[in-house]
Amino acid sequence: MIGGLFIYNHKGEVLISRVYRDDIGRNAVDAFRVNVIHARQQVRSPVTNIARTSFFHVKRANIWVAAVTKQNVNASMVFEFLLKVTDCMQSYFGKVSEENIKNNFVLIYELLDEILDFGYPQNTDTGVLKTFITQQGIRTQTKEEQAQITSQVTGQIGWRREGIKYRRNELFLDVLEYVNLLMSPQGQVLSAHVAGKVVMKSYLSGMPECKFGINDKIIMEAKGKPSADESAARTGKTAIVIDDCQFHQCVKLSKFETEHSISFIPPDGEFELMRYRTTKDISLPFRVIPLVREVGRTKMEVKVVVKSNFKPSLLAQKIEIRIPTPLNTSGVQLLCMKGKAKYKASENAIVWKIKRMGGMKESQLSAEIELLQTDTKKKWTRPPISMNFEVPFAPSGFKVRYLKVFEPKLNYSDHDVIKWVRYIGRSGLYETRC
Amino acid sequence: MTDSKYFTTTKKGEIFELKSELNSEKKEKKREAVKKVIASMTVGKDVSALFPDVVNCMQTDNLELKKLVYLYLMNYAKSQPDMAIMAVNTFVKDCEDPNPLIRALAVRTMGCIRVDKITEYLCEPLRKCLKDEDPYVRKTAAVCVAKLHDINASLVEDQGFLDQLKELLSDSNPMVVANAVAALSEINEASSSGVPLVEMNTQTINKLLTALNECTEWGQVFILDSISNYSPKDEREAQSICERITPRLAHANAAVVLSAVKVLMKLMEMMAPDADFVVNLSKKLAPPLVTLLSSEPEVQYVALRNINLIVQKRPDILKNEMKVFFVKYNDPIYVKLEKLDIMIRLANQSNIAQVLSELKEYATEVDVDFVRKAVRAIGRCAIKVEPSAERCVSTLLDLIQTKVNYVVQEAIVVIKDIFRKYPNRYESIISTLCENLDTLDEPEARGSMIWIIGEYAERIDNADELLESFLEGFQDESTQVQLQLLTAIVKLFLKRPADTQELVQQVLTLATQDSDNPDLRDRGFIYWRLLSTDPAAAREVVLADKPLISEETDLLEPSLLDELVCHIASLASVYHKPPSAFVEGRGLGSSRRALPTRSGSQDILESSPSHGERSGVIPTQESLIGDLLTMDLGGPPVPSSVPATPFASSGLDLLSGGLDGLLSDSPSVPPPQAAPAPSVGLLGDIFGLAPSASTSYVAPKQMWLPAARGKGLEITGTFSRRNGQIQMEMTMTNRAMQPMMQFAVQLNKNSFGLVPAAPLHVVSPLAPNQSYEAVLPLNPTGPVQRMEPLTNLQVAIKNNIDVFYFAVVMPMNIFFAEDGQMDKRVFLSTWKDIPAANEVQYTINNVNMSADAVSSKMQQNNVFTIAKRNVEGQDMLYQSLKLVNGIWILSELKMQPGNPTLILAVKTRAPDVSAGVNTAFDAILHS
Repeated sequence: MIGGLFIYNHKGEVLISRVYRDDIGRNAVDAFRVNVIHARQQVRSPVTNIARTSFFHVKRANIWVAAVTKQNVNASMVFEFLLKVTDCMQSYFGKVSEENIKNNFVLIYELLDEILDFGYPQNTDTGVLKTFITQQGIRTQTKEEQAQITSQVTGQIGWRREGIKYRRNELFLDVLEYVNLLMSPQGQVLSAHVAGKVVMKSYLSGMPECKFGINDKIIMEAKGKPSADESAARTGKTAIVIDDCQFHQCVKLSKFETEHSISFIPPDGEFELMRYRTTKDISLPFRVIPLVREVGRTKMEVKVVVKSNFKPSLLAQKIEIRIPTPLNTSGVQLLCMKGKAKYKASENAIVWKIKRMGGMKESQLSAEIELLQTDTKKKWTRPPISMNFEVPFAPSGFKVRYLKVFEPKLNYSDHDVIKWVRYIGRSGLYETRC
Repeated sequence: MTDSKYFTTTKKGEIFELKSELNSEKKEKKREAVKKVIASMTVGKDVSALFPDVVNCMQTDNLELKKLVYLYLMNYAKSQPDMAIMAVNTFVKDCEDPNPLIRALAVRTMGCIRVDKITEYLCEPLRKCLKDEDPYVRKTAAVCVAKLHDINASLVEDQGFLDQLKELLSDSNPMVVANAVAALSEINEASSSGVPLVEMNTQTINKLLTALNECTEWGQVFILDSISNYSPKDEREAQSICERITPRLAHANAAVVLSAVKVLMKLMEMMAPDADFVVNLSKKLAPPLVTLLSSEPEVQYVALRNINLIVQKRPDILKNEMKVFFVKYNDPIYVKLEKLDIMIRLANQSNIAQVLSELKEYATEVDVDFVRKAVRAIGRCAIKVEPSAERCVSTLLDLIQTKVNYVVQEAIVVIKDIFRKYPNRYESIISTLCENLDTLDEPEARGSMIWIIGEYAERIDNADELLESFLEGFQDESTQVQLQLLTAIVKLFLKRPADTQELVQQVLTLATQDSDNPDLRDRGFIYWRLLSTDPAAAREVVLADKPLISEETDLLEPSLLDELVCHIASLASVYHKPPSAFVEGRGLGSSRRALPTRSGSQDILESSPSHGERSGVIPTQESLIGDLLTMDLGGPPVPSSVPATPFASSGLDLLSGGLDGLLSDSPSVPPPQAAPAPSVGLLGDIFGLAPSASTSYVAPKQMWLPAARGKGLEITGTFSRRNGQIQMEMTMTNRAMQPMMQFAVQLNKNSFGLVPAAPLHVVSPLAPNQSYEAVLPLNPTGPVQRMEPLTNLQVAIKNNIDVFYFAVVMPMNIFFAEDGQMDKRVFLSTWKDIPAANEVQYTINNVNMSADAVSSKMQQNNVFTIAKRNVEGQDMLYQSLKLVNGIWILSELKMQPGNPTLILAVKTRAPDVSAGVNTAFDAILHS
């Protein structure tokens, strides 16, 4: 299991060092600094073996978080744990920065003591941790409170405490989708998938049982609903094919497997209910059509057309198209029909921003790029044109069909709960090769 | 107030100051001081001098302060054991505290203090805590047993903690169960005897599976990892475990998913590979594996390394998912390299076009390692998917035109492999390659280029000049290049002896006299000797047919792969090394994991659990298999069952004696020899291994050329294999009115590369109505061209009258080589290795022989019985044979006493030959 956990700043100075096992010596801290942080070469692997000791690291911003072990541990668990540690720190004190870590080092040690025992990860749910690891020092707790804490940390429903009360029972569902695309210069889709997640904010009293319904083909067929085609004909909505989905630990997985129903008792507040992935029938909100012409050795002409492809009544926002330019660019002349375009020398790219754009529209940018004569023979590799945007619908066609709430012990029913649903489609890696 | 200031104090006298602060009366000041101590400890300062003062702060009701002091204690107790005793009382007292959080904290910390005297005091509180009413304390105590076991294993066993821990497996709280499982697994693993201290049985597994649904994500990982060490009794139990684990594949935590995959992969081994259950399960495995690729890059990396194993073990699972492994521009380099690896493994005819265009794209990226790998991948595609070879080669040529140095070098290395795989097909590009001769500076690229020049010396006009230019800096080259150069020049000499004598003399001198490298010197001497004693033999040795190169590269050796599958998700699967390679051993020798095997499976041959290595095809990472000597040194183990005939080596000197040994062990010695020629001398001895009296099957002569078509020349003939020599035996009869003379023969290119080993000898003139028995020895060393049917041979016979063409079908058995006996273990692993799709079944009728008679009859025809079994009254013969072109064929003969019908199953990597083998078997058995 994990033998020790270290946190370094970007210079390799130790901020936190906690050793859990006897086989890890003090020199392990230095070994990682010398061999990885100060290594001359770029990091080639997140796992490094130095003298029969294995180091796992994640680097977020300027902070290195490293776990060390001498055993044959479960590597995926170690990384998931390290990511959880950074999440946990973030939820306690915000951004994981050197300053914040130094300011909260006592808290971090306390957390590390709690969530990792002899190298075995324990309950890492921040909602629960916050009930008994506080920055305010010890609060005098009654016996009942203590018992409640311990049963919650170890309990079956480790993510929700008893006795939550709201005057207004309310819940928010955000369907957030990231569209990923790789397109050839000729407009052929090389790969496309949607990575979606459903984020729920629940403000519900008691221990409510929720049932969540979506327009997944398998679920709908299992439910004995009229087959997807029929219902599509009737409602104009089709069921979608979800390749794979994953759920928050509150969802009863065995029930999903046998009955295809998503039921759960939600944590209080915000959490990620499910993640899913689809690859079929994705409506791509935008198409980028590049045209690059190299005119001699010192000039290039670039023309980029962007087309929106969704209902004209909808508006896309925060559109940004990034067109990479060669390293030896000396000057760029730009002309665009809509939005603002700028050449950013420090980023080697033309950045074209459009605030809003309706559906079924088209816009164009042309650029003349002047190049310095260089003697390097190496060709410019033409990185892909990437794009960012946000649209108010789910490109996969994902729909929430219902979310029912039952709380048998308290006197509110499903009808009393105020529910909000919102769909947002964003760009993931949305690239067109040129 | 910020705590970061504690990190910055660097003044002198700090320790002294801290001391006084720690002893201060004010609680607030004390707390601040302890914080400072911890901060100093973190940055690596030695603050052990403050031990007594810090321990004094331990008695406090402030939990935060208490935790800090405990942290300090854990760090320094070992260096100050006597002082640490001072803390014992507080610990024992805390273990009785009404607050469960404090009880747990005490028992947790106590277990981390590795001081013998403290350990003594730990036992009582621990025993109590294991039975505590609060689950939080119990789950902490469970881990503490593992801590104690690490410090003093016998204490845990003597004090009965193991039984208490086992009881916790039935605890009502899932987290307690999970921690108990984790502790037990660790204790089992560390067991010095290698025997697990706690055996899992069906009941415990059931309890665990129940707890699985309810515990935290980490608990699920512990439980799944522990279940993966359990071997179910039978297939049904395995299935029910699988069913209960499958829902975990939808968990958000990648570790849970991968651990579940591990259990499923392992249990699937127990089931019939084509069972519906397995097929369905395989389908369910693909989506979660693909989803792992959208997690954080570090997790992706672990997932990819594991997918690499899964693709090798069960290629079907992800065969349709090629696209998700396409590299993204912003992927970290470690993700890119892994994806590329998997792409090559998944490439097949249906997706090759897409893969190639991707690879071409990657070959223009920035990262040198990645680009090289991409170029290499293009070459692999050419070798793996034959129809794409043409496009791959042209892509590689395009890349060479970019003149980017490392791209060119990499391309040349892979083109050499392509030449190996498809000889005589792409020679037209050699001139382009030669243009880049000057830019090659890496040994592997230089070696490859030299190999190409040597191999095709007869087609490159200035081959001698090119090689001579390399020879100038001979001493400065790396050994790899020197060896290649030596061999290439010898090849050149054998092909164009007239004008290269000087060159070969020069290189032999350099290799034998001016080099300190024993390999180089030895090879030089061997060539020298061969050339001077018998150039014809040298020709056969040096220009011998090269063994096939395998389609897959970097495949893990099967037994290692099986072991690693048992370690999916763990570090071993990331390193692709068994745990013993990177973990310091505590009882590791015995804990090697093996996949379960299917009960009642037909692998009755399995005599030992360890698998032999693949054989039959030579892995191509041995890139320099130019001739037999490198093979001998670096090739994979070969079946060491060359018929052991005594050598007439007594009268030879030391060197040739050694040579004898070397050559007779080498697999690539061409089995055929110039049989009746008396002039072979030394080589005759070397090759004189054939059994003296051969009784192999020879088909009766058939009419090949009727007199009507042959303008009076009638030929009946057959093929035979005598003393390892393939022969064409013909009866030529002159039915014309005039004598015939000036006979000559020519064979068209054929599947086995047969060419006449000697000119056709016919008595001349052949008088009218006279018959002559002509025997034409054949060697399988000529150019190869695939024929339809495979054994078709087109012959042209010329005499003073005309040229006559006819085609004959050769019996396959003449290609059965004398060294076709496979080692048992190699046989077993090869049999498993060859995909089931390559297995073909035939029935052979009307054979009335006992199994032994069949076996000996087959043996005379170079079909070697590896094992004989009797299963349910049926005799099973497992046989191996090798064709002269290096293709191994494994077969299984099923016979029932009294039943004249035999069932023959043929398994080979080249299924095209199966039909011919069947016909040959049939003919032999009926002869």
